[in-house]
Amino acid sequence: MTLSLNARSLLVSVLLLAGFLLVWQLGTQGTKSVEQMDPEYARLMGVTATQGKSAMPGPLDVGAQIWKHLKEPFYDRGPNDKGIGIQLAYSLLRVLTGYALAVIVALPIGFLIGMSPLMNKALNPFIQILKPISPLAWMPLALYTIKDSSISAIFVIFICSVWPMLVNTAFGVASTRKEWLNVARTLEVRPLRKAFTIILPAAAPTIVTGMRISIGIAWLVIVAAEMLVGGTGIGYFVWNEWNNLSITNVIISILVIGLMGMMLDQILAFVGRLVTYPE
Amino acid sequence: MNDKFISIEGIARRYPKAGGGTTTIFDDFWFRMGKGEFACIIGHSGCGKTTVLNTLAGLELPDAGVTVVDGHAIEGPSLDRAVIFQSHALLPWRTVLGNVAYAVASKWRDWSREQVNAHAMRFIDVVGLKGAEMKRPAELSGGMKQRVGIARALSIEPKILLMDEPFSALDALTRGSLQDEVRRICLDTGQTAFMITHDVDEAIFLADKIILMTNGPDAMVAEVVANPLPRERRRIDLHKAADYYPLRNHLIDFLVTRSRTFRDEKPIGYDKKHPPVVQPTAASSIPLRIPA
Repeated sequence: MTLSLNARSLLVSVLLLAGFLLVWQLGTQGTKSVEQMDPEYARLMGVTATQGKSAMPGPLDVGAQIWKHLKEPFYDRGPNDKGIGIQLAYSLLRVLTGYALAVIVALPIGFLIGMSPLMNKALNPFIQILKPISPLAWMPLALYTIKDSSISAIFVIFICSVWPMLVNTAFGVASTRKEWLNVARTLEVRPLRKAFTIILPAAAPTIVTGMRISIGIAWLVIVAAEMLVGGTGIGYFVWNEWNNLSITNVIISILVIGLMGMMLDQILAFVGRLVTYPE
Repeated sequence: MNDKFISIEGIARRYPKAGGGTTTIFDDFWFRMGKGEFACIIGHSGCGKTTVLNTLAGLELPDAGVTVVDGHAIEGPSLDRAVIFQSHALLPWRTVLGNVAYAVASKWRDWSREQVNAHAMRFIDVVGLKGAEMKRPAELSGGMKQRVGIARALSIEPKILLMDEPFSALDALTRGSLQDEVRRICLDTGQTAFMITHDVDEAIFLADKIILMTNGPDAMVAEVVANPLPRERRRIDLHKAADYYPLRNHLIDFLVTRSRTFRDEKPIGYDKKHPPVVQPTAASSIPLRIPA
């Protein structure tokens, strides 16, 4: 019996995961044997020294902690103790706000650049200089001018997600096939209708690709930005747990960041499939 | 009959050359045809056939001269002139019906969706695509795509149908059946049509007038061949008509040699404004010249 490719790949994935967890478990088992020490002194030392427990949490510790988070994801016990769900929601809200602003700005300007060779040439030097700037480099300037750390984080998300969308929209619009534009011309289609019925559908796959790159970058940047601005968010949570020396929670945050990033990417991949047309 | 339904009057088209100066595609180009006529233009690549067609479509404007259609000078593209593109140019994100309806809705902007779809369906039926109207272009064969292109062009009920080698990318069988349909539709509706082709037999079957263009650059209309074959002709026994071979030989001779040599061997009294009209027949060894 041969399984389908999907079933076989799933099997391999599960085996790899199991192997990884096993190695992790074995690697964090600890020494068990510890030298005898004075009980007075032992009380001052942690379990790492007294019972030979590994300082790195094992998969079972992480699993137990995940279960705790899942049971109560949205609790709020003061500024330094909020549920991981709340932290994630803060990050998501910032990312989506900054990202939405970037969409509102990048798509029309991208359209303009794509349709006008003059604007393309005129704006190109600015885009080329601004694009490679690390979004976090804007942070001090944003904090100084906006004077609000939360809005500054949103600004940083905006500035990092605007470029891929802008460049891809301009490219997609500019590479609309000449023959489709000629069809519109011979049918005397008015400019606005042409933009929405010919250029937009023609460029949509390229635009959505740009949007997908942007959301990926935005999610990468939000973690770093929140580590800087602090207060709330999954990035702040990671740093806070590092300060608490809770490696278990750090590992869980890493996992959560990965899962959320994957979901955002998959949503845009789905949108991309909707607007793609076979030639 | 208005024999100046389409009148190309001394148009010129020049492009700047890479190293300075200009390349003249053609200069002082004249041609006229009547309403309901079918004209084919034949010539080698680079002689400016497509430029002539684009000028008629309004997609390109000439550097000199004017093109007049039905008494109005062309200033840009118009819904009066439909183009069937060589590459069919269908919108791949729309269905067959969507592609035709897009053209219909562009012409009659105040029509309801039902009116637009009903009108579009009529022309999808004309080209024999009923039942495939909800398919997307990617699901269609090359011939079917070109049928959609034809339906789209016909659906706006244009004064002129412009065709830029519409069948050149198709296999011989599909090409033949589409030629039959185009001829039937044009005869039934009295459609004026202007077509670029490389295929001598296609021109013989379809055209009333065949324009012979010399090689470019600086191309000119060497002559206009009036088709001597009977109006009621069928593709399958075309080659049995008495005038078929004289006509075909005349066209082939032109493409093989005269398109190249015509420039230096112009007939006496050649006038770009009134290119000679000839009609090769079996009765005369020299093509009959029809006075302009």
